Amino acid sequence: MKQIWQVCLKDLKVELRSRIVIFQVLPFAVLTIILFAFAFEADRAALRDYAPGLFWVTVLLATFLFVLRSFSIEVEAGAIQSLRLSAVKPQYIFFGKALALFIGMFILEVILGVATFFLYDVSVESPSLLIVSAILTTAAIASAATLYGILSANLKARETILPLLMLPVLIPVFLGAIRAFDDALGAVAVNGWAWLSVLGVFAFIYAVFGSFAFGEILEEVE
Amino acid sequence: MNLSTGSYRTKILGLVMAASFIALIIFAFWVSPNDDQQGGAVRLLYIHVPLAISTYVCYIACGIASLVFLIKKKIWWDYIALSTAEIGTIFCGLTLLTGAIWGRPIWNTWWEWGDVRLVTTLILFLLFLGYLALRAMPSSNPNANVRRAAVVAIVATIDIPIINRSVEWWQNRTLHQRSTLVELKIEDWTFFTLVLGFLAFGLLIIWLTIHRFRVAWLAGEIDSLETELALKKRLEESNI
Repeated sequence: MKQIWQVCLKDLKVELRSRIVIFQVLPFAVLTIILFAFAFEADRAALRDYAPGLFWVTVLLATFLFVLRSFSIEVEAGAIQSLRLSAVKPQYIFFGKALALFIGMFILEVILGVATFFLYDVSVESPSLLIVSAILTTAAIASAATLYGILSANLKARETILPLLMLPVLIPVFLGAIRAFDDALGAVAVNGWAWLSVLGVFAFIYAVFGSFAFGEILEEVE
Repeated sequence: MNLSTGSYRTKILGLVMAASFIALIIFAFWVSPNDDQQGGAVRLLYIHVPLAISTYVCYIACGIASLVFLIKKKIWWDYIALSTAEIGTIFCGLTLLTGAIWGRPIWNTWWEWGDVRLVTTLILFLLFLGYLALRAMPSSNPNANVRRAAVVAIVATIDIPIINRSVEWWQNRTLHQRSTLVELKIEDWTFFTLVLGFLAFGLLIIWLTIHRFRVAWLAGEIDSLETELALKKRLEESNI
């Protein structure tokens, strides 16, 4: 557990020092939310109805940049070699990196959520469902994104191959997150709590499988 | 080295497969009757349904072969995974195409977002396009690429039931017919023609997989030979 936390802290420190997420990924995400408002011709009712979908599309796009950035640092500086040669088990590295990604993404979602709240004029009917579904969705995305991040880490065309590999896999999470948010925001009459099982199962499968597969791929990363 | 991808047995298999497809065409167009509701459009199902089932068979085979490859580290398991993924993706594309052509007169639309199987198949198609794109990428370490691809294939196969269930819950409806095949609600000749379709496409999968496997194996052998020759050349140069 200590090693997981150490890997996580290392990643968070790198992010805090470079401030790429704060100064680049976050503004990009807010900009996307604003562009969606233009695409819907600032129709308040439409924006309110589709806010869950637009919010999660933005999160997915931001995640892609976040993961790309996180693993580029590891490969370009040769840090991944040091990490591989350290005594830390690949499973712990996986969970550490996934945890760092989870924390970074959750902070991003909170800021983006506040921006959506004001810009799209949404109201929250079930805050508990909103928070639980956001936690599970972020856990699911972070697990899958960590696996795909290492998978495409030292590929020459990682900017194009990463979304092609990662985004289709995340579709079930995307659907679940939208439906849960639909219920939490009162946009569509659905049982959002039922979707938590899909999000939970997905997060669990990717966390377990990812932790095993991570070692297989890490061995080959140069 | 024998550069042929076929053998006496595969030629026999190919002939049987060709005969089964000729029989399928005869039964589909001349023997089986029009459907009460679908009319002549039912004939498209004789290739659409076997294509769809074949797609899933290929993808599951790819996932299993990839898993065995990661455990046993025998390269020919990877060749099976690659072969079935390529064949599965072609079948998947054809499934979507024939489904759209069939859907136009029957559902009055080319595409229906509310249909679970349609959307699931499209997502699978995209997943395996990603797999094939990864396989096609040039790499300084081919072994690493093969392992990466195996992980992607396993994830994609695990995802099949999750995608299906999530899309089903998302729309809570499907336009596709229920299991009329299992409940034997279809006419005798229709059922027989459909079974013939399954047989023909089953043989096609086996035949194509054998040939594609052999192409992959030959490509691997040529790579090894080229490496060996390059080493030999270097050694000769250093001796001079």
